Formats: sequence, structure tokens, C-alpha cells
Amino acid sequence: MATQHTRSLGRIAVAPSVIALFLWMIVPLGMTIYFSFLRYNLLDPGNESFIGLINYQYFLTDPAFLKALGNSLKIVGSVLAISVIGGTLLALLLDQAIYGRNFVRLMVIAPFFVMPTVSALVWKNMMMHPVSGLLAWLTTRLGFEPIDWFAHYPLAAVVIIVAWQWLPFATLILLTALQSMDEEQKEAAEMDGTPPLSYFRHMVLPHLARPITVVVLIETIFLLNVFAEIYVTGSGGRAGNMPYLVYFQGLLNFDVGGASAGGIIAVILANIVAFFLMRMIGKNLEG
Amino acid sequence: MGNITLKNVRKAFGDAVIIPDASLDIRNGEFVVFVGPSGCGKSTLLRLIAGLEDLTSGQIFIDGKDVSDIPPAQRGLSMVFQSYALYPHMSVRNNIGFGLKMAGLPKDEIDAKVAKAAATLNLTDYLERKPRQLSGGQRQRVAIGRAIVRQPKAFLFDEPLSNLDAALRVNMRVEIMQLHQDLGTTMIYVTHDQVEAMTMANRIVVLNKGNIEQVGSPLELYNKPDSLFVAGFIGSPKMNFITGPVAAAHKAATLGIRPEHINVVKGKGEWQGTIHFAEHLGADSFLHVDTVQAGRLTVRAPGDFEGRPGEAIALKPETVRMHRFDEKGLAIR
Ligand SMILES: Nc1ncnc2c1ncn2[C@@H]1O[C@H](COP(=O)(O)OP(=O)(O)OP(=O)(O)O)[C@@H](O)[C@H]1O
Ligand SMILES: [Mg+2]
Repeated sequence: MATQHTRSLGRIAVAPSVIALFLWMIVPLGMTIYFSFLRYNLLDPGNESFIGLINYQYFLTDPAFLKALGNSLKIVGSVLAISVIGGTLLALLLDQAIYGRNFVRLMVIAPFFVMPTVSALVWKNMMMHPVSGLLAWLTTRLGFEPIDWFAHYPLAAVVIIVAWQWLPFATLILLTALQSMDEEQKEAAEMDGTPPLSYFRHMVLPHLARPITVVVLIETIFLLNVFAEIYVTGSGGRAGNMPYLVYFQGLLNFDVGGASAGGIIAVILANIVAFFLMRMIGKNLEG
Repeated sequence: MGNITLKNVRKAFGDAVIIPDASLDIRNGEFVVFVGPSGCGKSTLLRLIAGLEDLTSGQIFIDGKDVSDIPPAQRGLSMVFQSYALYPHMSVRNNIGFGLKMAGLPKDEIDAKVAKAAATLNLTDYLERKPRQLSGGQRQRVAIGRAIVRQPKAFLFDEPLSNLDAALRVNMRVEIMQLHQDLGTTMIYVTHDQVEAMTMANRIVVLNKGNIEQVGSPLELYNKPDSLFVAGFIGSPKMNFITGPVAAAHKAATLGIRPEHINVVKGKGEWQGTIHFAEHLGADSFLHVDTVQAGRLTVRAPGDFEGRPGEAIALKPETVRMHRFDEKGLAIR
């Protein structure tokens, strides 16, 4: 459809925004790479010197690195599992003609609009607080000891908070997909005598493969960068992930060089994850 | 066996009554066509029989057994949908075999039945393809294949050919009739195309606003329409309706005469007029004539008729082929 002429015109037209976006990305990235090769400590300003790969060596051999990497993966994996499975179930529920469905839908979507810092504070002080929290009240009412989430299960607590925020996103996307399912196909399955579980497995799940792929891709990108929920709840010590470790190096150890090296490593790891995700998932998106 | 009986079937969506009161007997092995204008409730009636809609009141019997409260899959009927409704993620093989799999048949039996159905429908080469890799006609055949493997008591078709182009539609029409001959299974077929209805049906059920206007063989409906509605609906081009003095002379409120029963004559004839315009179809010419006595009439003339618009013409109706209707639009016999 596009002629040679319209195509080159198109390229010229998008060029300014592409260049702006490229600069937007490349300048901070370039500076981070540059800092990562320097000995650059905020307690010792003016004495920056080139030290090659030493920052990388220190960062990679630091036991905190493996732990942060593990936490990152655990957060991404658990939240993905919860939001995709939970999102599918919620979407199936909301797709039914239940009473007050529009209101319920709105309520389900609401957490997505809450700022991460706010939701972290609310969860820490109102939901999971061992003395005054709602969960503590519930467990006490049921006759159990209240759980001190952030003292004993900080990682699980962070996962719950983050999942609470991302579940609505998954639900929304999957619900939209469910609503686009062909009505006659549903009836054909009914004529074929398909029980609900088989219907889910053979018709709904294949139909959802694509939106689930989209959810996994988008969430992974954001979940690798979870920071506010960890920082605000003060669970960085045990539940800290890669972004938290970078923050820790830079602003608590004042080691800008080391933090930059960590940042670059995080970028490389994220790209590896993205590469494999795309490979795995690309097939789904084509189909 | 596939005897289907509707007894005082009524269907309302909320306050809107779509089928007020329908009773109908369909005998085993019949090819019955539901026909009527858009929105008259053909699909709704078919879906009631299938069990995809609940009855508001009344009963449906299949082979004498009341199935009004039995779910669709257990009624032993197969349905072919207008949009085909194939399962997009399954191969043609699995599409056809899915119902059998859900019924719990062993795999080799399913394979054998699918192979047989595919052979009947010329689909053997396409068994591993997905629906989106098929043409419209092939998809239609898969939908039919899915219906026949279950060896139903009756087939339900809801405008299965409306998405196909004209040539393919004629082919598929013949294939479906062939299938009916080979299987001898009851078929109920919904269409708003009266040519399809006339060519395919053993019996036609004409629906008007949810009411069954008339049931009969194609020729019965053509020769003896019970009402103005049926007279106007069956036959192409449409029957001419004449009111006023000409009708009164025949003791009717409305006089109906089909275009093929009016002859162009030399001399004075019974009615005189001028040709408004002419459609030349090759085999026939359809003339739209403004007559002095009876208003605008459509007339079928031979293909080699050479009249031009504006020319004067004389017409003579075949009096025995006239249909007389009273004020309520019912036939006077
Ligand atoms: N689920 C529904 N709720 C409310 N009204 C409905 C519903 N389904 C159908 N109707 C109404 O019932 C009437 C008959 O619909 P139906 O689909 O049976 O028509 P049809 O004869 O098949 O028409 P077409 O030839 O256009 O397919 C229509 O006026 C339609 O608006
Ligand atoms: Mg219809």
C-alpha cells in the first residue's frame, strides 16, 4: 500500500521523536556506563579516577548481589503467577452476569490507580501491622497468633503488596479478551456438550494465550523495577532486589561507581530476561 | 428417528414477545425450511428447538419425548451456525471430532468417523489445517462435518449459506440437498432467501412477526397462499396486488396476480398501459408497466421481447390464476 514516497515521508516525519527518545535513553545510559568505570565516592569528591572493571568485579562478587538477584526473580515470578492465575479467575467471574457487575468491576480495577508508595504505606500500617492491622485482627478473631509480616516474611509481604497492585491490570486485560469471545462458538461448544472445565481448557485458554503473553511481558518489565514497595516498607534488608541494591550502593554506601556498575548489570540481566521472554512468547504473538 | 413437535411454544425476551404461540409437526426425514423477513423470529425458533434458548411456555417433543428442559447436547441435534462458529485454535480434524471426544468416544472410533465425514465433504486434504487457513466454502463444510459426525436425529441450519458468494451458494445448496438424500435425516433450515426455500424444502414454514403464517410444500404455497403476506413473500418477482374497482369487480378487497400469469397481447387486451422500464435477464424480461386500470404491474415477458420504455402495451391476465383476498388479507377460496 505504501509507496516509496509515502514511506520516506513517514520516516522523516517520525525522525524527530525517534531522535528525542533515543537521546532520552542514551544520555543517562552513557553517563552510567562512564561512572561505572570510575572510582567515584560521594564521601571523597573531586578524586575520581579511572579504575577499569574493578567496580563490576566488586559488585558481582558481593554476596548481596546474588541475594538481590534471587529476590528480584522471586518477586517477578510470584507476582506474575498470582496476577495471571488470579486475574484469569477474576476475569471469568466478572464476565458472568453478576449483580452490580459494573460497580464490582470498578472496585477491582481501583488498586491499579493507587500510587505504589501509598499502597505500601497502607498495607504496612493498616493491613499487615502486627498490632493494629486488619489481618492481625482477623487472625486473632480466628484464634491464631497474628503474623508480624515485615519481621518474619518481608519478601512475601512485598509480593502481596505488589501483586495487589498488578492483579487489576491482568484482570482488566483478560476480561476484555474474554468479552471478545465469539458467542456462537460458545453455543457450538454447548451443542457439542462441552463441560465447563473442558470448555475452559480447549476454548478459553487458547483464546487467552495472547493477552496472557502481553500481561507477562508488560508486568515483567515493571516488576523488575519494583522499588517503592521495598523502600517504603523498610524491607530492603531482607527483601531487597536489584534496584534496591543499586540504591543501597549509591545512596547508603555513597559509592556512585559501584552503583553504576550494578545498574549496568541490572540492565544487562533485564535484557537477557527480555530476550528469552520474547523468544518464548514471540510464537504466541504471531499465531 | 427425528420427529420434532412444537406445542404452543411461546418465547418472550422480557416484555418483548418474539414467538407468541407456535405449534408445528416435523416428520422424520423431512427437509423443513423456516422462511420469513429479517427479525421475524426464525433464528429464535430454531434456537428454541436446539435448546440454546429457554422456552417461556409450551413444549417441544423429539420423538415423542418432552425435551423442553433438557440441555442442548442431550437433545441429539446438531446445529450449523451462520458464522460457522469453528473452534479457531483447533485443526479441522479436532474441530470435527470435538463433540465425539466430549461424548467420551475412544480415539480410534473418533478417527474413523472423522475420516468418513471428511471424505464425504471433500475435506481429507485439509484435516491438519486451522480454520483461518480455509476458504469460506471449506469452513462451511467443516461446520457441516462437525454436525454430521454426531449422527444427530436432526440437523438445524441457521442461514448457513449467507456468507458465501452467489456461485458457491448454489453449489453448497446442492451439496446440502445431496446430504439430505444420502442421510435421510430430518433437517430444519432457516433462510430469508425464498429461492433457497423453494428449491430445498419438502415443506416450508412461513413466519411473520413470530407467527406461523402457513405451512406447506413449495408448490402449495405458490399456488394457494393463505394470506397476502405469504402471497407476497413466495415467488420472484413479487406477486402484483391490485386494489380498487378491478379487485371489486372480482369481489375481493385485494386481487393478486403473479408476473408470470399476465400475458402481453396484441390488440386491446384487458388492461392497457405504457412500459415504465424493462429488465432483460436473457431468458425472461420483466416489464414494469403503468396500466390505466390496475396501476403499476410487473409482467414477465419472453427473453426476446423488444418493448422499449414509453411504448404502449396491452395485457391479459390468466383469470384462473388470480388470487382473491379479503380486507384482513386472508385468501377467499
Ligand atoms: N437475546 C435477545 N434479547 C432480546 N431480543 C432478542 C434477542 N434475540 C432476538 N431478539 C429479537 O427477536 C426478534 C427475532 O430475532 P431472530 O434472530 O429470531 O430473527 P430472524 O428471523 O432470525 O432474523 P434474521 O433473518 O435477520 O436472522 C428480533 O426482533 C430480535 O431483536
Ligand atoms: Mg437469524
